[in-house]
Amino acid sequence: MKVDMTNVSENTMNISDLIYKYMRIEHLPHIWCPGCGNGIILRAVAQAMENMKLERNKTVLVSGIGCSSRAAGYLDCNSIHTTHGRAIAYATGIKMAHPDYEVIVITGDGDASAIGGNHLIHAARRNIGLTVIVMNNNIYGMTGGQYSPTTPHREFGTTAPYGNIDQPFDIAKLAMGAGATFAARSTVYHAPQLAGIIEKGIRHKGFSVIDVTSICPTYYGRKNKKGSAVDMMRWQKENSIPVEKAKDMPEEELEGKLVVGVLRDKEAVEYSEEYSRLVDAVQGGIK
Amino acid sequence: MAKTVLMQGNEACVEGALAAGMRFYAGYPITPSTEIAEVSALRLPQVGGKFIQMEDEIASIACAIGASVSGVKSMTATSGPGFSLKQENLGYACLAEIPLVVVDVQRSGPSTGLPTSPSQGDVMMAKWGTHGDHPMIAIAPSSVKECYELAIRCFNLSEKYRTPVLFLMDEIIGHLREGIEIPDKVEIVNRPTVVNPHPKRPAYAPTDDLIPAMAPFGKGQRYNITGLLHDESGFPTNDTEIAGALVTRLMKKIDNNYDDIVQVEETLMDDAKVAVFCFGGTARAAKSAVETARAKGIKCGMFRPITIWPFAEKELAKAMKGVKKIIVAEHNYGQLVNEVRRVVGPEKRIEFIGKVDGTVITPDEILAKIEEA
Amino acid sequence: MAKMEIRLAGSGGQGIILATVILAEAAIIAGKHTAQSQSYGPEARGGACKAEVIVSDTEIGFTKVQTPTFLMALTQKSLDKYSKNLPKDCLVLIDEGLSVPQNLDGYKVIKLPILSTAAEKVGRLMTANIVAVAAINGLLKLVDDESLKTAVFMHIPKGTEALNEKALNEGFKLIENGGNQ
Repeated sequence: MKVDMTNVSENTMNISDLIYKYMRIEHLPHIWCPGCGNGIILRAVAQAMENMKLERNKTVLVSGIGCSSRAAGYLDCNSIHTTHGRAIAYATGIKMAHPDYEVIVITGDGDASAIGGNHLIHAARRNIGLTVIVMNNNIYGMTGGQYSPTTPHREFGTTAPYGNIDQPFDIAKLAMGAGATFAARSTVYHAPQLAGIIEKGIRHKGFSVIDVTSICPTYYGRKNKKGSAVDMMRWQKENSIPVEKAKDMPEEELEGKLVVGVLRDKEAVEYSEEYSRLVDAVQGGIK
Repeated sequence: MAKTVLMQGNEACVEGALAAGMRFYAGYPITPSTEIAEVSALRLPQVGGKFIQMEDEIASIACAIGASVSGVKSMTATSGPGFSLKQENLGYACLAEIPLVVVDVQRSGPSTGLPTSPSQGDVMMAKWGTHGDHPMIAIAPSSVKECYELAIRCFNLSEKYRTPVLFLMDEIIGHLREGIEIPDKVEIVNRPTVVNPHPKRPAYAPTDDLIPAMAPFGKGQRYNITGLLHDESGFPTNDTEIAGALVTRLMKKIDNNYDDIVQVEETLMDDAKVAVFCFGGTARAAKSAVETARAKGIKCGMFRPITIWPFAEKELAKAMKGVKKIIVAEHNYGQLVNEVRRVVGPEKRIEFIGKVDGTVITPDEILAKIEEA
Repeated sequence: MAKMEIRLAGSGGQGIILATVILAEAAIIAGKHTAQSQSYGPEARGGACKAEVIVSDTEIGFTKVQTPTFLMALTQKSLDKYSKNLPKDCLVLIDEGLSVPQNLDGYKVIKLPILSTAAEKVGRLMTANIVAVAAINGLLKLVDDESLKTAVFMHIPKGTEALNEKALNEGFKLIENGGNQ
């Protein structure tokens, strides 16, 4: 599948205007470490909102716990920083109550696929209209560098001092396996495309997951000798393969690479609207 | 006049909730509370509300909180094991000051316990189950009629004080069918809110009554909610003064309204020398025992806290002044009995009847203790 | 009418719980007080199960049956299990196919062909609980027959009214014809 960028307006607003318009500047600067990739994703979310001219009063940002979770509060919308792993469950209640609201979940790899894994797969199964943006830095950053469900095999964390013997999740594939109707992967290196992909995810009617490979030079990078933030971004540049190119490549060649772009985009009945139709039918006497 | 209908306790709880304005329910099947989910699934769409069966107990309460922040009165129900799982998010609703009703139809524990047998073993968990200091309101019904009426009260208190309220039912009452009259009109309280708010109005702006007024999500007041200790803007703070003031305010907003929240039932207590302290389903056995004892000429009464938390210490202390012997009957190994002891002091004679085998405390067992020298 | 404490026993699937719900519903219709409860869990899915209903002219305190005034059992297993320690004046109704256990010596035990009436005269064994509530009401005079019929109709699937009315009438007849004591 090709990433269609025709309807996506890139960088139409300069960065400081974007920040002043969409962020709660009184709460900036953000808490993330120097070199962290999360700020790039935050900005991409703001850019997507600007591109779509989203109505902020009807937009709800929902987050869980971890480094990623602070993103929700920085955006000048309705924001709720919930409990660890449960952002998608809270978001489900908000979307059910108000199918007309745009509900965006910002989560992390541990939040979404470890403690919150059950909610991720079930929201995907229901195809409820949430946009889930995963700030995937392959580590538990907030607690100081423990291995997460996306830490690669044999890499290190403070709780994997001899190397990680777990096999990692591919969060985009996990969501697709559970029925997500929109799934994409991007990286913080691909910042301009990222805003477009997020926009597509928000526009998609149904459950969208955008697995964004972030960078954590402070913990993941240092523990695994990945070099500086710039080195880690360079790695992303050199090891990302657009999905349309990856289609024709043998699996061995894709080993250890990031296949970026929209991995799935299909139409299906959205859950909260389906329930609203059910309510109408019951009230109309149609059983 | 309203017609009397036969209804099960769990069903009456849902009907009361609907009368109070519940329009969202998220739940997960668990005995003996499942009928609450089933009836909600059937009834909510009929009144334009919504029901969702979530993937687990934690998701259920989280989802219900999500609907509530969007301005929809929400409820979730569970039993023992599920109530354990919900604790973290219950604390979240306390701190974030989000109205919510959580029903716990208690069953025998610990762990999976005796799923279909009655218990009152979650009484202390109701107050202390989630970590940290927070206020808690819990209410226990002892008839199907009260399942209806007190479900409404749970919603009203939850809305009024912007705090989760626990409806501490038990299997005895949840599965009991009795006749009840459904009133044509009930009193409904809605949460403090702000109309046409400034977008930057702080969500937790100070108020005289210590209860914050905020618009629901989507009404133009763009604020932040967090489970971290926060300042009035709803943003996390590490300022110890602000943090301490927040927790203190949360406690005080309930403490200051003790008289509004606490309800008790006193039966034949005026001249009583012997008193039976009980709550929830156990009160039915106690009432029968007290009637029999009175018929035998024993000056005996019953004291029943309807509000379990905050504990009815003022009323209890007053009622027990002339009492020589208190019989505390509860379906657990001894939970509220310790609160009774704390209130009446070490000198007062207390006899405890507790059951942890899944059987029901009978009037005869209580009567035997009443008659004991 | 004094307070009636009624216990029905049988095996899961016989509609024992529904029978007590119908009796409770009939009591409400007739303006009486009632409390109905049942044993839940694996018991309700086969094996011996019981359900209880109290019918009284005055308010009911304790909601469980403490001193049964009436027991009906439709299976041997449930009869053996739930007929122990009954008060001496408890009336016992059993299906005619059952044998009376020794612990019921000296009790008034009535045998009625409830299951065979449902299977043969009504034509559906599953109507045994409706035959039973009619017979019980005939014996105990809990409510007027019309209240019972209304209660039955509130708790049966639409389209089965004729079948259940037949079951009720056959149940009434069992008493009118005199039980085999």
